Amino acid sequence: MKVACNVNIAHLSRVEGHGNIRIRIRNGVVKEARWEVVETPRFFEAMLVGKSWENAPWICGRICGICSIGHTLASIRAIENAFDIVPDTQTVKLRLLLKHMETMQSHILHLYFLVVPDFMNTGSIFPLIRSHPDIVLRAARLKQLANDLCDCVGGRRLHPTRTVVGGFTMLPEKEELSVFRKRLIEAEEDLLLTVDTFRAFNVPEFGRETEYVSLRGRRRYPFIGGDLVSSDGVVKKEHEYREMTNEYTVEQSTAKWSRLSRASFAVGALARLNNNFDLLHPMAREVAADFGLQPISHNPFMNNIAQLVECIHVMKESVELIDELLDMSWTEPLMPVRPRAGVGVGAVEVPRGILYHCYEFDRTGKIVKCDCVIPTGQNHANIQYDLEELARQYAMRGRQDRDIELLAEMLVRSYDPCISCSVH
Amino acid sequence: MMSRGERTYLNVPLYRPRVAFFELSSCEGCQLQIINNEATLLDFLSLMEVVNFREAMTEMSEDYEIAFVEGSVTRKDEITRLRLIRKRAEVVVAFGSCACFGGVNQLKNRFDPGWVEKEVYGNHQIETGPVRPVDAVVPVDLKIFGCPVKKEEVEKTVVNIALGKSIVMPGYPVCMECKANENVCLFDLGQLCLGPITRAGCDAWCPGNRFGCWGCRGPSEDADVECFLRIVRERGFPHEMVIDRLECFGGFAAHTQSVREKPYRTSAGKSGGRRAGRRK
Repeated sequence: MKVACNVNIAHLSRVEGHGNIRIRIRNGVVKEARWEVVETPRFFEAMLVGKSWENAPWICGRICGICSIGHTLASIRAIENAFDIVPDTQTVKLRLLLKHMETMQSHILHLYFLVVPDFMNTGSIFPLIRSHPDIVLRAARLKQLANDLCDCVGGRRLHPTRTVVGGFTMLPEKEELSVFRKRLIEAEEDLLLTVDTFRAFNVPEFGRETEYVSLRGRRRYPFIGGDLVSSDGVVKKEHEYREMTNEYTVEQSTAKWSRLSRASFAVGALARLNNNFDLLHPMAREVAADFGLQPISHNPFMNNIAQLVECIHVMKESVELIDELLDMSWTEPLMPVRPRAGVGVGAVEVPRGILYHCYEFDRTGKIVKCDCVIPTGQNHANIQYDLEELARQYAMRGRQDRDIELLAEMLVRSYDPCISCSVH
Repeated sequence: MMSRGERTYLNVPLYRPRVAFFELSSCEGCQLQIINNEATLLDFLSLMEVVNFREAMTEMSEDYEIAFVEGSVTRKDEITRLRLIRKRAEVVVAFGSCACFGGVNQLKNRFDPGWVEKEVYGNHQIETGPVRPVDAVVPVDLKIFGCPVKKEEVEKTVVNIALGKSIVMPGYPVCMECKANENVCLFDLGQLCLGPITRAGCDAWCPGNRFGCWGCRGPSEDADVECFLRIVRERGFPHEMVIDRLECFGGFAAHTQSVREKPYRTSAGKSGGRRAGRRK
């Protein structure tokens, strides 16, 4: 039995944004286990009030430096829903391709730059440049491919320029997409090597039953729009998102927390996979099986593996999307926009989970009210309860201070939190 | 992290500056741009010794020469952190538009603070202050503009610091780069673009993607904002659309107020969009 332990981490490293972990164990009893979010709020929901609709995707994309494409697409979807604009097939496919490449670049960034160092006993990926150059170069290749394709479709990998309400300002050349098709197929080898790398790691054994919330796909694994579901059986429409998120404020966090059927729920790759396993590409399902990952997994550390499975899925589906796009004759990329009074909601699965943007407009298209519910914000309560349970389980197993500290850090990292995004 | 003196010239190890990255209120995207330059990342990293980069590494050091500070100042603890960074670093770089001008964050300064907090947090108490750029709190040696920063420009700047060369940011407007790239002029497509008055260095990133410039890099050195306003007025762009662009990133703060005070009439009618909470 572990007698006493103190963990005090201010500004946890290798996560986006600022969060602290505090654990205090006395006589084998967990006295305190806290996940504190101390990020400064930027007040995006206030700054948009009074601004015209055109500002929203451009400004809201800047909520996040990792998933700016996802924010931009959620913002655009909310506006299009409010103005009753239905994007054409060409736009839908291009947006999904762009979305897939953001998923891939974000997951690769997280898996290699933020997670791998924990399993290889280093503080960052940088020492691996010398000791394991093959791993670092592979990470760079995969990330570059995804980012290059984001540049090609969205105009820019970070804070995209071509994505607007009604479609795109500009289209890529079909020849460019053909080249990316080839690069994506070649990337399969690198992804399978990534699978090998991760198979050598021991995913910590831990479990705590919780609720998983995500979009539910009809025919395809879901990314942009659709019904909201939970593993506890809740089903809602996109515009009913507030009944799914139930945000509230807490003292220990500048980000709001969420709950649904239980004290907390989780969103992200593992939630998507748990709720949509049947819709994964067969090869992605095979990789999941290799890791013993099947629905419903309640081990938050498996979120890393779920991200890897999703990389395979988006790589495969992106090749299909490019094939479909190349077979189509392309039309004008931009539809006319006619503002009107109303409310619109956009739900998009971004790398860290389901993201909602909601705007209310007056009849000239000016924003009266704005609400953004961020995946990491929805995860904070779940991280808190996981941390308590992790401290309890590992204290009982008599683990050392340093072990508990590392496991606590790894637990938070496995959620791939985007903290500044969650506070926004 | 890596030992010094990996690269040599005539068997003499080249000096690699100790570099630290910090973030205040921001999306952390500018720091990510460093990692986002995958093709040259390893070469770039071999030029310096990164001793602080919380987003990517666990090790931390208080011994650094160059500090890149991303984000704007909005809370007291950020002032304390920033002063400490200034004390420790020889060179402080304001990194990206949030650090240089307040960025999109400063848009909340249009409103009464009490209203802003209530709109987002209701009755929950939250500590925040007016959004300020880094140089409003400590002296800054260098500014790298952009939302996001252009990674090629960052690399060039860092290489020049490492080699002790002087650093000159372009003083001419985005229009020059846009013309050089033979892009279609967005004004010819009926779109508003701040390219004529915004500082270049981004290679006309947005106009090159057929998206008008929003002035994220602030004014060019001899920007004639008055003349620009006359042109956009003649072309019938609504007053509020022009203000939206000018005030978006905070670089044109010196001009925004006067433009707001001198509204011109457009087909859309009256301008201003005043509502509860908006500052006079």
